Amino acid sequence: MNKDLITINNLSKVYDNGFNALKSVDLNIKEGEIIAMLGPNGAGKTTMISIICGIVKPSSGKITVDGYDIIKDYRETRSRIGLVPQEISLEQFETVFNNVSYSRGLYGKGPNPRHIEKILKDFSLWDKKNLRLNQLSGGMKRRVMIAKALSHEPSILFLDEPTAGVDVELRKDMWKVVESLRKTGVTIILTTHYIEEAEAIADRVAVIDKGEIIVVDNKVDLLKKMGHKKLTIELQEKINIIPEELKSYNLTKSIDGMSLIYNYNLQAERTGITTMLQDLKNVGLKMRDLKTEQNNLEKIFVSLVKENNEN
Amino acid sequence: MKINFYALKAIYFHEMDRFRRTLIQSLLSPVLSTSLYFIVFGSVIGDYVDKIDGISYGSYIVPGLLMLTLLTQSISNTSFGIFFPKFNGTIYEILAAPISSIEIVIAYVGAGATKTLLVGVVIFLTSLFFADVNVKYPLLMIFLLILVAFTFALFGFLIGILSKNFEQMSIIPTIVITPMVFLGGSLYSLDMLPSFWQTVTYFNPVVYLINGLRFAFYGVSDFNIWISISTMFLFLIICITIVSVILKKGYNIKN
Repeated sequence: MNKDLITINNLSKVYDNGFNALKSVDLNIKEGEIIAMLGPNGAGKTTMISIICGIVKPSSGKITVDGYDIIKDYRETRSRIGLVPQEISLEQFETVFNNVSYSRGLYGKGPNPRHIEKILKDFSLWDKKNLRLNQLSGGMKRRVMIAKALSHEPSILFLDEPTAGVDVELRKDMWKVVESLRKTGVTIILTTHYIEEAEAIADRVAVIDKGEIIVVDNKVDLLKKMGHKKLTIELQEKINIIPEELKSYNLTKSIDGMSLIYNYNLQAERTGITTMLQDLKNVGLKMRDLKTEQNNLEKIFVSLVKENNEN
Repeated sequence: MKINFYALKAIYFHEMDRFRRTLIQSLLSPVLSTSLYFIVFGSVIGDYVDKIDGISYGSYIVPGLLMLTLLTQSISNTSFGIFFPKFNGTIYEILAAPISSIEIVIAYVGAGATKTLLVGVVIFLTSLFFADVNVKYPLLMIFLLILVAFTFALFGFLIGILSKNFEQMSIIPTIVITPMVFLGGSLYSLDMLPSFWQTVTYFNPVVYLINGLRFAFYGVSDFNIWISISTMFLFLIICITIVSVILKKGYNIKN
């Protein structure tokens, strides 16, 4: 079991305008994992990242990174962290190479042109090293942002909505980069709106809403736990009402009366599919086709946030 | 105490790079405007003005014009240096870096003061084309130039931190510093003013700076040199105190 690299205890943040962005958040992040933070706009994801990185002051609570306190031992914690913020913020008139080298120095590391060269090559930026930032496309600038965050060889990388507004190709490229970083042992914390992104690359998922963490779980377990399946039975003939004998299965009828929908839990001891299909046959309904669907993270996320709003 | 030398160096050279990229704007425009002052006030009008304290008018105004450049340049260089990352969002990187507030101030103020001194040297050399300048106390002159460059670079840092937009950033140099320099005896001796206005001028701190520099140049001043040096140090201490309080509270940078 990997050790906890980042521990967040009782973290709260109230902004000057009274907005309560985080409410007593507790979270432990393990070394070498990829954790995705999912949440609607204003949920508190960016605030949490900004506090850990030292950009925003917490109102209360304690955070440690590799055993060091983020306020008392800020030099130790910050030198281990790389941050890619949501917005593309770059010195537009400086070259790619100088921009990335500047970040390395800022984080307390001596010049290492070979390392900068390696990063730029990894991100297909080497041939653009002498171009000014204002000569690059949006996607290329996004790559420079990540290259800057990795310039000082951090062991933790925060990616705040790394693929917001980028094309599919670049998004897939980013996922590859994240995967290769994982292999080098870098712990990655990413926030995203794209649930498919979390589904594709994260080990664990934390769902945040209104400054609170609603659930943190292993992605696979979360899918299993929350993953109800849906069985759609297409009928050969239209029905107007569901026969009395099938009431116990809580079936729902489609509007056109040509199919029945059965919801079941994969984790339950018995799914009830066999007996339901037997009873279907007994009442004389003939099937044309069967189709099953599993809830994905998106549906789980929506239902969790909805549930949280109702409570 | 641990110091992040690499970060200090990174910020310092990053700022100096900007100076290099904008060399024409950084160097040529102050040289041009100061040359115009020398031509109009020193060469043209100066011929019709009597010597002041035994010094020709063209030479008399050199320290004042040098001080005008130093003050405006040190303020604008440093205020722009720290305001620009706030404006374009790159400040996030400085805030998230393992660097203390003091180190941030030292790097920006150091770079701002260096740029100012470079401009100052060029202005000084330019003045040699227009007036007879024989510096009586060169070491004192260098000391005062460095002190003023750093003090007002710190003041510029303060303005850059407090400003929320470009207008706020330019307002203090335009409506406070420039009038203070012109009304602070940069182009005349206080003896030439009626006694009431002389008294008013004593409340203008820039008067002491210009006279201090004039003393270093020609050994003449309206005040004792120690009054000038004490005024500079007092202003330096005030700036350090305000900057320390602001950085501690994170005002306008962190929340």
